[in-house]
Amino acid sequence: MNAALEQIKQEILSGAEEIKSSKEAYEFRKKFLDGKTGKIGLLMREMKNIPPEQRADYGKGVNELKEWAMGIISELDTKMKAKELQERYEAEKIDISLPPQGSEQGNLHPITLIRNQLIDIFAGMGFEIYEGTEIETDYYNFTALNTPQDHPARDMQDTFYLSPEFLLRTQTSAGQIHVMENKKPPIKILSPGKVFRSDDDATHSPMFTQMEGLVVDKGITLCDLQGMLDVFVKKIYGENTKTRLRPSYFPFTEPSVEVDCSCFECGGKGCKLCKGTGWIEILGAGVVNNKVLENCGIDPNEYSGFAFGIGIERTAMLKYGINNIKLLFESDLRVLKQLND
Amino acid sequence: MITPLSWLKEYVDIDVTPQELQDKLFSCGFEVEELYEVGKDISKVVVGKVLTCEAIPETHLHVCQVDCGEHGQFQICCGADNVAAGGKFPVALVGATVYATAKDHKTVEGVMTIGKGKLRGYESHGMLCSGVELGVSENMYPGAGYNGLLVLPEDAQEGADVKPMLGLDDWIFDIAITANRPDCQSIFGIAREVAAVLEKELKMPDLSYTETDAEIPGFKVTVDCPDLCPRYSAHYVTDVTIGESPLWMKRRLALVGIDAISNVVDITNYILKELGQPMHAFDLSTLEGNAIHVRRAANGEKITTLDEQELTLTDANMVICDGVKPVALAGVMGGLNSEIRETTSAVLFESAKFARDNIRRTSRALGKRSDSSARYEKGVDEYATVMALKRALHLIEELGCGKVGCTHADVNTGNSVEPREVKVSIEKVNNCLGIVVPNDEIVKIMKNLALNPSIDGDVLTLSVPAYREDIVTYQDVAEEVIRMYGYEHVVPAFMPSAQVTIGGLNLEQKSELRLKNALCSVGAYEGIHYSFFSPSDLDLLRLPEDAPERKAIRIMNPISEELSLMRTTLAASMINAIVRNQKKGNMEGRIFEIGNVFLPYELPLTRYPDEKARLCVGIFGEKESFYTMKGIAEKVAETLQISFTYEAMSNTFLHPYQTARVLCEGIEVGYFGKLAYDIADDCDLRVPVYLMELDLKVLSKWYGKKPVFTPLPKFPEEQRDLALVVSKETTCGEIEAVMKEACKYITKISLFDIYEGEQVAADKKSMAFTVVFTPKEEAFTTESVDAFVKKILKQLNKNCGAELRS
Repeated sequence: MNAALEQIKQEILSGAEEIKSSKEAYEFRKKFLDGKTGKIGLLMREMKNIPPEQRADYGKGVNELKEWAMGIISELDTKMKAKELQERYEAEKIDISLPPQGSEQGNLHPITLIRNQLIDIFAGMGFEIYEGTEIETDYYNFTALNTPQDHPARDMQDTFYLSPEFLLRTQTSAGQIHVMENKKPPIKILSPGKVFRSDDDATHSPMFTQMEGLVVDKGITLCDLQGMLDVFVKKIYGENTKTRLRPSYFPFTEPSVEVDCSCFECGGKGCKLCKGTGWIEILGAGVVNNKVLENCGIDPNEYSGFAFGIGIERTAMLKYGINNIKLLFESDLRVLKQLND
Repeated sequence: MITPLSWLKEYVDIDVTPQELQDKLFSCGFEVEELYEVGKDISKVVVGKVLTCEAIPETHLHVCQVDCGEHGQFQICCGADNVAAGGKFPVALVGATVYATAKDHKTVEGVMTIGKGKLRGYESHGMLCSGVELGVSENMYPGAGYNGLLVLPEDAQEGADVKPMLGLDDWIFDIAITANRPDCQSIFGIAREVAAVLEKELKMPDLSYTETDAEIPGFKVTVDCPDLCPRYSAHYVTDVTIGESPLWMKRRLALVGIDAISNVVDITNYILKELGQPMHAFDLSTLEGNAIHVRRAANGEKITTLDEQELTLTDANMVICDGVKPVALAGVMGGLNSEIRETTSAVLFESAKFARDNIRRTSRALGKRSDSSARYEKGVDEYATVMALKRALHLIEELGCGKVGCTHADVNTGNSVEPREVKVSIEKVNNCLGIVVPNDEIVKIMKNLALNPSIDGDVLTLSVPAYREDIVTYQDVAEEVIRMYGYEHVVPAFMPSAQVTIGGLNLEQKSELRLKNALCSVGAYEGIHYSFFSPSDLDLLRLPEDAPERKAIRIMNPISEELSLMRTTLAASMINAIVRNQKKGNMEGRIFEIGNVFLPYELPLTRYPDEKARLCVGIFGEKESFYTMKGIAEKVAETLQISFTYEAMSNTFLHPYQTARVLCEGIEVGYFGKLAYDIADDCDLRVPVYLMELDLKVLSKWYGKKPVFTPLPKFPEEQRDLALVVSKETTCGEIEAVMKEACKYITKISLFDIYEGEQVAADKKSMAFTVVFTPKEEAFTTESVDAFVKKILKQLNKNCGAELRS
């Protein structure tokens, strides 16, 4: 009887060396361990023919053989499967440097990117977004903004006229008046849009994009303008960016300021971008001129406000290092594809 | 505003460096756009005395031994005809920089550095210089215009730097003046600001003169148009001797870019720069009728100006006439008939204020600009008008070129040139700034600005000089205070007193942004194109004469014809963008734009036009087809939670059989299709192009549609594949419509195969669909679904002649 067990054991040991695949391992397992037809299974079935006094020993011997065989064959199976997995992977080796396939993701225009970024910042501060019309009247674009017919500031902007009365707005400030005529304070609006001036060179385009901000409420001061600009500039150009106000002139604000921020390229030490000054001009702003409030039926004794205007192209050009404003309006895919932000 | 430092110093003691002054001016609102030394390109040029000078045989050259004092003695070769032993000339030492000139010795061709040289075998250690080589003109230094060496005075110290001697150590400030400060459009105006910012005393120009008894009997000035000419003053000058101006005056004019002409004319130019007041001098002998008459020109009236051009005027222009004829185009240019000549012996000076707008319009309409018109366009004040005439008379005496007569005329509209009283609340000034500026600071600043302040409680009383027309309200005063006090005193705050507002995008803005992002997700890039286009774009689109797109709003003063019409369609700009891309080698791509079209209700405009947003998509490349564009249309519909239907249509610029009208709930929202081949050929397009244009104003009525949740079916769906044989003309849409009409349980129909060929008749095609039936009230049985199919087939046969493919 021991001889029979020993023979099976030897058969398994020699047979295992021949196994080359998990399929063979499976067949091998069946050959020995199948309950009905396996060689070890058959030994179990022999139990009934064993004299009762030997049965305990017999059973123990067969069980030991069975457990030993299961261990050997499972190990074999695991080994084969691992080998086969490895072979399968190897068979699927590819050239990972081949070009990608599948649908391309486009992207938004850099002007839209900057616009969205600014909208996010200001919407968080409670600004509503108001988009006026590109075609405006002389009244809303100039007169109501304290720039009457013979005002010298009209020379600052070369205006496209469509008729003596209608023109292409030269500034998004035109939208201020519509808002203030229709809404009583508190007012916090951000007015992005296309504006037009008769200018055409590497840094000027006859169409460009401005974003105008306006706050009118009780007790608004120049300090609030500075405070809001500080927040805005840090959010868009980084925490360490500083702002600087310096006197300027716009007919619809008094006092008027130009706002510079510390150069985000060199941090204020002076570089090519800031022309060695350490500062970059980013926007114009000021306290809303009382005459403008009065023109809109808002009492300047009760309310005051500030306004600011940002050139989006300039911001985009600074941020992405674009050297010619025309590139923004040509839809050259070689340009657009680079500006995925 | 070009401002020489030396000229400024006449009115203010400036004890800071040019760079410090630049910073001071910048901080108080005067940006110095350029600051440079007059002789910025000249260095290492010193006085040299020629000790010996020997001609080099068979050349025009001389070899000289030159004593340059502390720098040493050098051998220098020189080709100038006025080089001579004993003379003193500027010597550019080895390593010096001077201007290089062309062969004519006059035209400057950049800057050169002097090196050691050898001429005809003679070593040359430096160069003897002409005026041109040092950037010095005759007007800046006598003799500098000579085409040869610049001769220096005998007492010049050998070895001394020539720059101070020639005025090359002066500095030029090019200052930007904002439109609210026309009073600073002059050297004296700038000096006032410099005095204020440096807290120095301002020295007034000398306005003194002595009148003689000489008069023009019965002389009279009348002004017919006081609205255009609020002030006109004139004064008589006798015993005039026309000649050259003194060097100091010529030099100053040269520094600000004006050529000296003759003393009387130079005085007018000098005052224009010094005080910012344009002046005119008439030769009195040419004036008839003892009168000056200021009036609007008659329509068609002619005048010949100093530059010998004849102009035809309208009543929008203003002329200065004598008793008989026009003698000047007011504010722009004098008449040829009354100009100052060498023989002029008596002069009438004019100093007037003309309305800036009138001068601007006249100047532009006639295409005639002058220093005078440029100045008037910015606005002059009557304070300067009155002052300038006195200054001119003083200069006549100072230059000794005439005697001041006693005939004086001054016609005005009663505007005072005396200071105005302005009272403001200090609290309001501080409230505007958001900080409290100490009263003594305010007083100091106002004093420095010559606003003569006094404080009584909260009231600040100012006496504002007539030239500061910009100071009226407390906001104006606040600006004056803070620009001098310093913006660094502004403390950031965050609207502590303001009410909370809820901001953000509105529905339309959110929807447009969603659309843009959805289009990016299908591989399209956003483009932005000009709101204007070209009339030729309308022709490119083959639009007929009566097409609504041709009713475009025209810009009255466009940059060019290409940019002269407001867009009525976005398609043309998109085609042009694709053409540009192909020219640059981009042979496939997807671009979209959301932009406005401008549809006038009538032309010319009398009310705001219909300005509405459109979405335009342009796709191109061999991979694109009508159906890829249809996929993009579906993407738009999906993004807006709506469904589109499509109808065949045609227009002038798209393929007649590959164009669809897009509808939503039966309402037309746009079109898409393949670009017509003739247009593609015109544009040299080598790959297929498809265009879509959707009206976002129409689509906006569906903005904000929320997805509606449909509970999952309680019973299993059934699916059947149907292969139909239909005529080639039958469309997928027709079949789908019939199917849906025939059975209300159909929830999805998808075409999965189209076959044309041997297995079907020649005029037929086979279309295979998968149809999904979704049960509602109860589960389907096989029989019930079979019954649906039977009914569908019957309807298909009836409506489309469709047969089930065997």
